[in-house]
Amino acid sequence: MSLELNDVTLTYPDGDGRLTALDRVSLEVPGGGLTAVVGPSGSGKSSLLAVAATLIRPDSGSVAVDGERVEGLAPGRLAELRRSRIGIVFQQPNLLASLTAAEQLQVMAQISGRPPRRARPRALELLEAVGLADQAERRPHQLSGGQRQRVNIARALMNDPAVLLVDEPTSALDHERGAAVVDLIARLTRGQGTATVLVTHDRAHVGAADRVAEVFDGRLRLPAATG
Amino acid sequence: MFVAWRDLRFAKGRFALIGAVIVLITLLVGMLSGLTAGLARENVSAITGLPADRIAFDGAEGDGGPSFSDSAVTGSQWREWARAPGVESAEPLGIATTKAGAGDGASTAVSVFGVRPGGGLGPVPEGVGDDSAVLSEGAAEALGADEGDSVTLASRELTVAAVRGDASFSHTPVVWTPLGAWQDIAPPSGPSGGDGGGEAATVIALTTDGGPDTDAAVADTDERAGTTTVTKADSLAAIGSYTSENGSLQLMRGFLFAISALVIGAFFTVWTIQRGPDVAVLKALGASTGTLLRDALGQALVLLVGGTAAGTAAAAALGAAVSGSDVPFVLTPGTVLAPAAVMVALGALGAALSVRRITSVDPLTALGSAR
Ligand SMILES: Nc1ncnc2c1ncn2[C@@H]1O[C@H](COP(=O)(O)OP(=O)(O)OP(=O)(O)O)[C@@H](O)[C@H]1O
Ligand SMILES: [Mg+2]
Repeated sequence: MSLELNDVTLTYPDGDGRLTALDRVSLEVPGGGLTAVVGPSGSGKSSLLAVAATLIRPDSGSVAVDGERVEGLAPGRLAELRRSRIGIVFQQPNLLASLTAAEQLQVMAQISGRPPRRARPRALELLEAVGLADQAERRPHQLSGGQRQRVNIARALMNDPAVLLVDEPTSALDHERGAAVVDLIARLTRGQGTATVLVTHDRAHVGAADRVAEVFDGRLRLPAATG
Repeated sequence: MFVAWRDLRFAKGRFALIGAVIVLITLLVGMLSGLTAGLARENVSAITGLPADRIAFDGAEGDGGPSFSDSAVTGSQWREWARAPGVESAEPLGIATTKAGAGDGASTAVSVFGVRPGGGLGPVPEGVGDDSAVLSEGAAEALGADEGDSVTLASRELTVAAVRGDASFSHTPVVWTPLGAWQDIAPPSGPSGGDGGGEAATVIALTTDGGPDTDAAVADTDERAGTTTVTKADSLAAIGSYTSENGSLQLMRGFLFAISALVIGAFFTVWTIQRGPDVAVLKALGASTGTLLRDALGQALVLLVGGTAAGTAAAAALGAAVSGSDVPFVLTPGTVLAPAAVMVALGALGAALSVRRITSVDPLTALGSAR
């Protein structure tokens, strides 16, 4: 279980030229490791996650998810990789309005071609792990912002991903709840052994991470290895 | 269909609305189909029921096409046809619309069909005299007449020899008479009127042997006899009331089909755009585009089939209720189920075109805060 980005460069079309969003970025996250990524707005943090999530193809460089190189894979195979080995925690909870909390998780089984009903015990177990055992039958509009964010996290873990990608999970929460969510992610990362990348604005939340990478103008700077 | 079913239940109001529209359009289409078939039957059943496959009209082919009301064939034209190659039988048929009366003062408009007794074209048997008539059930009912009663046709008194069949023509019930009686009631007019021969009539009903040369032989004989011959199916267009009626009813039906496809397409276009963000999330989570398309189409089909079934059941119930009465309504699988099948097919097409945009939703938009 690991995530590897090697010399990744990503550009967007920008008028007549190209805008470099990621500039030769290399990053290796081992299973059970939590890497926090911080940086100013527009520095390329979300772009980094999008590349790791196989949602956008870099101009050059390579990405390996759980040891599998993703360059050149067909869109269908990439979708399969996403549902089986990558968990994404969105900045907004992005829950489906018509589903209960438990069903939000069961969807992951359905899109993987497994019967959702049989995934229910696992869904309830994960909801319990994020402290929502009593909220399993509630729909998104009956949940608080923090509760929705926790459903979002539980959903990302539903298919036992090797890689967990988290984009600013605390931006819609107050400081205290934000800290609780980051702690939850750290705990789940160690418990499930996922290779986790956590993008955050809030430096106060990086304490839970193994290490903190800084992005500036598309370049990633890793600290000298700490403990 | 996991999310699709739950969306159906969650957005009940919205789906109930479009479902109701589908039910109502199907009901309307079903009723219109039954009515179209019913009206057509009243218009043409006497012609479609003729034991013949082609009809010869007087005159060369003109701009307006042949017409039952303008045609008048002579005895010599009939004889030409009777000995033509490839023709198994040629029977003169006189058609006239007139007023019929019965002893007790009942009267109604009828179509008088003059045929040669025993010629096989109508239910007038061999040896029946020129003072007899065979009523269709519709005519017998309207006149309150039965076998042995006497009726007047254009002030000529005839005895009812029998009541047979339910033929009707141009919305009037048919009275079959010997050709001679018909000639008295509606003397053939025009240049050919003088040519007696006893066989002057309106058209000639032909039974051809259906061989490969039939068309050429028929064209040859047309040339010699000075007639225009069309197939029985094409001859329906020569009934004035049928073409105009049927044409406008079919047009209405066609428009309803088009409208329903458009309405369903519009609904699913809006619905698909609305759930674009959900689709982006599902794609980012790893759902394949194929699965998403299948679910969306499945959802549309559930709605379509459900709505159409309800509408068809309502049309069938209403049709059954009115078909006993004076309303001409034909209730058959063809008139009720066929339009339902067309509705489902066209609706599915409309839905398919609109859910297609699922393919172009970019999962990248699920990332970030813009939602
Ligand atoms: N789809 C796109 N097309 C063109 N340019 C883009 C696109 N997405 C991002 N960019 C640009 O790429 C750069 C990096 O954007 P990115 O979203 O990765 O930044 P970020 O670090 O996540 O910022 P924030 O903290 O505000 O979310 C920015 O300059 C942005 O304007
Ligand atoms: Mg961002």
